[in-house]
Amino acid sequence: MAAEHAMVRFYLMGKPHDVPKGLTIQKAMEYAGFRLLRGCGCRGGFCGACGTVYRTPGDYRLKVGLACQTVVEDQMFLALIPFYPAVKSTYRVEDLPPTSDTLISLYPEILRCVGCNSCRKVCPQEIEVMRYIAAAQRGDIAKVADLSFDCLMCGLCASRCPAEIVQYNVAILARRLYACHVALPAAHLAARVEEIGRGVCEADLDAMVAAHEAELRRLYAAREIEPEEL
Amino acid sequence: MFYEPHMLESIKRVEATRNERLGQQFPRLTADEKAALLKGYHPDYKAGTMRELAVGPNMGDRVPHELADLLEGQSRIDPDAVDLSRADFDVDILVIGGGGAGTSAALLAHARGASVLLATKLRLGDANTMMAQGGIQAADKPSDSPAIHYLDVMGGGGFQNIPELVRALTHDAPSAMKWLEDLGAMFDKEPDGTMVSIHGGGTSRRRMHSARDYSGAEIMRTLRDEFRNQKIQHLEFASAVELVLDTKGQCAGAILYDMETDEYRLARAKVVILATGGMGRLHVQQFPCTNHYGATADGLVIAYRAGARMVFMDAIQYHPTGVAYPEQIVGQLVTEKVRGLGAQLVNDQGRRFIFDLETRDTVSAAIIRECQERGHGVRTNTGMVGVWLDSPMIEILRGPGTIAKALPAMMRQYQRFDIDMRNLPILIYPTQHYQNGGLLINDQGETGIPNLFAAGEVSGGVHGRNRLMGNSLLDILVFGRRAGVAAAERVSKVAQGDLRLDHVRSYQARLGEAGKGTGRPSPMLLPNYVRLETIERTGEAARAA
Repeated sequence: MAAEHAMVRFYLMGKPHDVPKGLTIQKAMEYAGFRLLRGCGCRGGFCGACGTVYRTPGDYRLKVGLACQTVVEDQMFLALIPFYPAVKSTYRVEDLPPTSDTLISLYPEILRCVGCNSCRKVCPQEIEVMRYIAAAQRGDIAKVADLSFDCLMCGLCASRCPAEIVQYNVAILARRLYACHVALPAAHLAARVEEIGRGVCEADLDAMVAAHEAELRRLYAAREIEPEEL
Repeated sequence: MFYEPHMLESIKRVEATRNERLGQQFPRLTADEKAALLKGYHPDYKAGTMRELAVGPNMGDRVPHELADLLEGQSRIDPDAVDLSRADFDVDILVIGGGGAGTSAALLAHARGASVLLATKLRLGDANTMMAQGGIQAADKPSDSPAIHYLDVMGGGGFQNIPELVRALTHDAPSAMKWLEDLGAMFDKEPDGTMVSIHGGGTSRRRMHSARDYSGAEIMRTLRDEFRNQKIQHLEFASAVELVLDTKGQCAGAILYDMETDEYRLARAKVVILATGGMGRLHVQQFPCTNHYGATADGLVIAYRAGARMVFMDAIQYHPTGVAYPEQIVGQLVTEKVRGLGAQLVNDQGRRFIFDLETRDTVSAAIIRECQERGHGVRTNTGMVGVWLDSPMIEILRGPGTIAKALPAMMRQYQRFDIDMRNLPILIYPTQHYQNGGLLINDQGETGIPNLFAAGEVSGGVHGRNRLMGNSLLDILVFGRRAGVAAAERVSKVAQGDLRLDHVRSYQARLGEAGKGTGRPSPMLLPNYVRLETIERTGEAARAA
């Protein structure tokens, strides 16, 4: 087995492990014998459980990746950061105005940002974290929502912030404020909910429930397909 | 990481046919053609992959071996060693599972004044909900209606779906969407507030709503944020290893196992809502899977032991487009939204072989036929085979920048391996994605066991034999909400007897009498991906079980 593959040596929290070349960090750990609990969630790059920091020889820089999406390299020196303590305010989003005052009153530490850009450098999604914190300071809720949208809430930004900001919790507040108060509500959705409330849809649904399979198959085969809108 | 030379050769053929394919309508299959294709090539019909259950409510029904091994496994507790007289938690409602269904149920029950405890195996939000990319269906446009949605769901499920559940799903869909909109979930919208909506496989109307391609993540993180705002009691890294019944045969709580400290705790509840998700990580027929680490069928196992009935457990969904290359992310999801936006499936010669938005079972069967029988797949150097999903078509059809805007997660996933899906097609093959079946529930989410509700992927019936894209996010919200409400209303009516684990004893005894016990510790809790060699070397054979 081992002879068939080129091997690499990585160091997990300082301890060396030899694994075949080409594995993700997550699979390399499993190959080495670790049965994961903390630090493993969706295994597909969506949940933020496996934020990883590492260094490679001859480079002073701290590098980052998700263990499930990053290929292990020879001489990689790494640690997972599956959890980082955070502050989270509680609120009723429907009662809050979408302003900088709201963000600053719930997370006053955003004003302490020193502009070091450590958050951006450590983000495994390469999100412009510092820029959205700047947008938060000036109350540009739409900008915060847009820039932060792909955030996995892994917490690496907060782990590096000298101003002790928990950026991702600011971001989700801003996104909820945006969707709740800035974006216009979907008129067609409200109309349909109102129709359903009035019982308008009941008869058609009842007829469907009552239909025999043969009738459903006939209706299904005869469906009109709404054209694509390009 | 980049494509191998022979793959680039094949890509040239894909590019050569692209212009001619752009405006081409590929015929949809007739009902008979579809039935024949499924029978010939869908993995559910492969001989030798399932067996009849030996005991329990579904005795004699066929389920995949991988699931049967767990259903006929060994309980992790000794009922005689558990002190049922002292509960560590005593609540109105115990919710097991912290994904979209469990969190929705907890929020609704909490809002009605019930005391709620939510226990989840990993972190709150660690669930397949978080990974759902493409979108959520709801008939909320003027050209659409719940009845039209109903017909699409039934057709997708092979007309086997349970009508009352489909009615609930399609009836509540707009209300569920409105709830999310009011909570501040950020759906894709036009400037005037109109929801952006496209087709999915098997839809007759454009009713797929999305939040870029982080649709499930956006829903889950919004629900989780609200859950935390409401300060609802919850336990993370606490899995349920058995349900507890009472002397009247009602569900009355669960034994929780702390995954970090190895402690067992008794949670007593008047009502239990099971929202533990599916069985993707059982790797049925050794398929790779798209699922979350914790998708190990735990809820099915403990509910089945307690006497709950399952439906459609022989119907597994293989998502047509799992990653086939690069090797590091094989099996991970390529959202159906890629096809919804116009990308076509083509073989090694750049030829189409199926209408791209047939239902998932059909498209998967067609891809398997193309690769296994017709020999028109592309083989990678690690032995994977797949067909092309011609993603650059999206930018041609909908304009440059569409992929960055509508599919940022997909683009990022491939960019991490130096593949730019805006310029080059991506190689895909079907991957295990979803259990179409599950615990039988009624339209309020109640199972056959009094005071035991189930919601989300652990439940079954609403999708028949094949779920449509965008109906899983919908399912977890609709039935999570319904179960939360119904459970809260039930609380005051419950007269609980003394707590018992007799069902565990009797189930194990029947299994022993039938000579069918596998001895596998079950529920599984987590898959074991430590390689066999490592296990043998370290002498931890028991851990491999």
